[in-house]
Amino acid sequence: MDVARGHALLFVLLMVCRLSFMCLCTETLEVPSHLLRSLLCALSPRQVTDSKTRKGGRKGSTSSSSSSSSSTAADPLSSMLDGTDPLSMFAAASELGRRRREKEEEVGPDFEPWSAKRGEILGRFTTTEKLSINLFMGSDKGKASSPGSTVSEKVRNRLEELDDMEEGSQREMLNLSQQDYVNRIEELNQSLKEAWSSDQKVKALKIVIQCSKLLSDTSVIQFYPSKFVLITDILDTFGRLVYERILSMCSDASTPPDTFSPDCVNDTAKETCLNWFFKIASIRELVPRLYVEAAILNCNCFLSKSGVQETLPRLTAMIRGIGDPLVAVYARAYLCRLGTAVGIVRMALSHSALLLNSVMWAFRAEFVAARATDFIAMIKDCDEAGFPKHLLFGSLGRSLACADPPENERLSILNEAWKVITKVRSPQDYISCAEIWVEFTCRHFTKREVNTVLSDIIKHMTPDRAFEDTYPQLQSVINKILPHFHDFSVLFSMERFLPFLDMFQKDSVRVEVCRSIMEVFIKHQQEPTRDPVILNALLHVCKTMHDSVNALTLDDEKRSISQLINGFIRMVSFGRDFEQQLSFCVEARATFCNLEPVLIQLVHACAAYSFITIPSLTSIFSRLNLYLLSGQVALANQCLSQADAFFKAAVSLLPEVPRVIGVEGKLRSSEPFLLDFINNFLSTLLVVPDHPEQAVLYLVRGLLNMVQDYTWEEGSDAKVRVYISALPLLAAMSQETYLYSIPKVDSNETLYGSDPKFVAEINKLCETLIGQVLDHLKSLGREEAAGVRKQSSLAFSLFGCLLAHGNLQNNKLNQLAINLWNLSHKHGYCETRTSVRTLEHIKQLGQQPGMAHISDMALRLSLQSRA
Amino acid sequence: MSLSLDIRLKRANKVYHEGEALTGVVVIVSKEAVQHQGISLTMEGLVNLQLSSKSVGVFEAFYNSVKPIQLISSNIEVVKPGKIPGGKTEIPFEFPLHVKGNKVLYETYHGVFVNIQYTLRCDMKRSLLAKDLTKTCEFMVHCQPQNGKLQPSPVDFTITPETLQNVRERTALPKFMIRGRLDATSCIITQPLTGELTVEMSEVPIKSIELQLVRVETCGCAEGYARDATEIQNIQIAEGAVCHSLPIPIYMVFPRLFTCPTLETTNFKVEFEVNVVIVLHDDHLITENFPLKLCRV
Repeated sequence: MDVARGHALLFVLLMVCRLSFMCLCTETLEVPSHLLRSLLCALSPRQVTDSKTRKGGRKGSTSSSSSSSSSTAADPLSSMLDGTDPLSMFAAASELGRRRREKEEEVGPDFEPWSAKRGEILGRFTTTEKLSINLFMGSDKGKASSPGSTVSEKVRNRLEELDDMEEGSQREMLNLSQQDYVNRIEELNQSLKEAWSSDQKVKALKIVIQCSKLLSDTSVIQFYPSKFVLITDILDTFGRLVYERILSMCSDASTPPDTFSPDCVNDTAKETCLNWFFKIASIRELVPRLYVEAAILNCNCFLSKSGVQETLPRLTAMIRGIGDPLVAVYARAYLCRLGTAVGIVRMALSHSALLLNSVMWAFRAEFVAARATDFIAMIKDCDEAGFPKHLLFGSLGRSLACADPPENERLSILNEAWKVITKVRSPQDYISCAEIWVEFTCRHFTKREVNTVLSDIIKHMTPDRAFEDTYPQLQSVINKILPHFHDFSVLFSMERFLPFLDMFQKDSVRVEVCRSIMEVFIKHQQEPTRDPVILNALLHVCKTMHDSVNALTLDDEKRSISQLINGFIRMVSFGRDFEQQLSFCVEARATFCNLEPVLIQLVHACAAYSFITIPSLTSIFSRLNLYLLSGQVALANQCLSQADAFFKAAVSLLPEVPRVIGVEGKLRSSEPFLLDFINNFLSTLLVVPDHPEQAVLYLVRGLLNMVQDYTWEEGSDAKVRVYISALPLLAAMSQETYLYSIPKVDSNETLYGSDPKFVAEINKLCETLIGQVLDHLKSLGREEAAGVRKQSSLAFSLFGCLLAHGNLQNNKLNQLAINLWNLSHKHGYCETRTSVRTLEHIKQLGQQPGMAHISDMALRLSLQSRA
Repeated sequence: MSLSLDIRLKRANKVYHEGEALTGVVVIVSKEAVQHQGISLTMEGLVNLQLSSKSVGVFEAFYNSVKPIQLISSNIEVVKPGKIPGGKTEIPFEFPLHVKGNKVLYETYHGVFVNIQYTLRCDMKRSLLAKDLTKTCEFMVHCQPQNGKLQPSPVDFTITPETLQNVRERTALPKFMIRGRLDATSCIITQPLTGELTVEMSEVPIKSIELQLVRVETCGCAEGYARDATEIQNIQIAEGAVCHSLPIPIYMVFPRLFTCPTLETTNFKVEFEVNVVIVLHDDHLITENFPLKLCRV
């Protein structure tokens, strides 16, 4: 039951905390504080017994025990809660914890607007219990009285109607579900508007009175907050209608309400306004009278300037007459909401620390901030008994953290506050207060002040290793500092920052802190940096994170740490100073050896380094080979885009290869070197996956195009040899499983999965290549003996290629191979020994099962005649 | 043919004092021109006394045997016989509120047995064939502020079972102790009745605390006089088991028309009282009565 009570009252407590103290004069403040205290007790089951005994003591001998007899202020509530079903109790219990947390959060940012709160309440406080509406609506007598009647008749009519609805036709609706109830209230809201627009003001008033009467019924307590919202909506509507009507009666209705003075209200408007007040003053029951008068509170401004200010305390005092604490507190909340809406904010001057604290929590942060100096003075005057000052400064700091005090007061505020804070003995109390003020300091001051604050914190927290118990607070200090120092060179140049970090000696916390530092760094660091201060500090921070990785670390954890470290590495740039960059990479490599993604990142960095460095070399073959090598390394480290870049660079470098190069002081043809390189390149290309944005076999085509365009040596058939050596590559590429692959790199085999289109593409390429070779062979045939010799050897190598890689089951290909064989033997330039061995090999092949076509072919191959 | 006659007083609250003049316009709205035999205004102030059936016989009460007392009656002509053009015509007037002789203008008061009412009537006399038009409107008279300084004299009270009179079974009464204070029993009619009330202790929870405003009207006539107390309004100031030892404000606005400064004449009297009514949960009703003296300053 205690929990359930907490459930019902927690919201109220919030409201009271946040609202109640705003507009009450000192004299009336004791009420809310009394309520607040009992509500606070209700919050914690541990304290309930205590509060009960206290209440018992105050009551004296009136009741022997705090049973559910409704003899004390709070008891009707508990008696009502006896019927709570276990389910809602369970829900309440879970809600309790959440709400506590919310409470802490809610106060932080700003005064929550009612509109937001409203929806939240409606969503949260629901019930499945049956509800009832008890309305006493008069019959349709509420029509406007005939125009001929005298004033007294009118008044009499209206009063009769009022009586009528109090005694007359009573309509009771029982067993309504919550939705029915809400609908019904909405209907009432509609009929209020209708009545108003059809000039049935009395009926409108009647509806409002009846509705507010519902608020004195707390029978389904879970629903009460929602009911409160629904009904105050109606009241708001009513208040607005009345206000607007009176405003429209004023001669110059265009005057904005804030510059409004009662002097410019004409008599008719005033009279109408007075009429409303007199009418409402004669409402018999307390709760409706209170609510309805509160609803038209702002109409007071038509009558006198100080009207609202005078009425508010009176209405507040009136609430004391409400016996049910829940109803009373909600009434108070309503009044306070109106009070804020009307723009009345009164300072509550009190020397009670508890009150002052509540005031600071309740008021808008801007309000507190604007008067921060006054608050400090008040806090100083405060009686410290029962409520320590550091809590007060904590509350003040919380307000100042979200709103800015006047600029010229800021330093003195900080000085005054810190003077008190630094004297707090208990490290726990100290840090909880200091933590709050860090935000204020960071917002308005430079690193010097923040540094001072940090050193003060270190001074307080180091003795007896007090920091061990306050990691959450210390962590929050860091979190508050970080958003304000985007420039890390400033942050790390704060002398006490790193020593502060050293206080985090528990590994998990330490890593947390490092992580948040890195997050901020990555988020805010725009430009790459080479600042040694930042690098050293961050390297240290990253190392801390890295070192926390062990066998038990989860993959996710590893991934996120790696990401952070990578983000750091990416931001390090020494510009053109590649040596520095490389040495940084080496250092990083040594430091972060446990995290694979980091290593990859480092390889990236190295790759980038190579990419930048290679062009500076003069030897073109070194360049080519290094590109190839770097590409292979990059590929091996899954740096696909880097690898791509290397290969592309290599391809585009090809045309620049001179035909003659100097080797060991002699001029030599570059051709053999080039062929070597290209063959090497081709074999690498097998595993290079296609770039997703480029056409199929982009690199292979690129390379072949380059080969075609290259100005080869006159009479050289190097080009054709390249074509021939490309054929095995293409053949290999069309396999389902490639001969070799690089771990963790998906080659084209996986990317295309032997897609027919892909294979067709390869076939086309092969055809083109073979066509080129055959053309070349043809042209060679026209030449002299040298040409024929070349022809023979080329034809033989193409034959060998087809034999090794071609599908000779294909008749055309088979025939082509035979033709090639014959061509190579035609002029007798063929090396006999090779031919014989090849034929033997073919025959051997043909004997293997399924190779019948080969043996067939062997029969058709004739050896060269020795003639 | 639509023809309407209306009186519009300049003052929105229609409150006048002796010696002042009622100003306003007579508004005639008509589609066509109207022929008339003159338009006049009549001011009338009357005290209507009614004997309650409790004090006198049913028949006398029924027949309203007491003659109304005329306080003022005067007539002026606004427009001479003639023709009023079609459309809306506004005829301004100024009608001084003067009493003849040594008569006194009492304040407007609407009660049960005593009614003091002032009316302004506009008559448009018309030819024999057409009906005369009449429009009446009530205006309020407030008497001149009474002389003499009003000293607020707070009244403290304590209600316990022992202080009660008219108790049937004193032993059955639960224990309670209620202290309170009225800031004044001589009240200014325009100011609310204020004070506070504290439930120091109550054995039985309180159900409701109310302020009951009561009028006491006395009509004197040849056959003797009748004195009747009736409720004007009842204002709840506390509902449910209120917090003990916490002062609850007493606050009641005196309703207009239904209250007037306490009045004592040779023929009738109008007085007011307030009852503090405490209803306990076991439906015990505890009432404390305070006579009030209302005045206007």
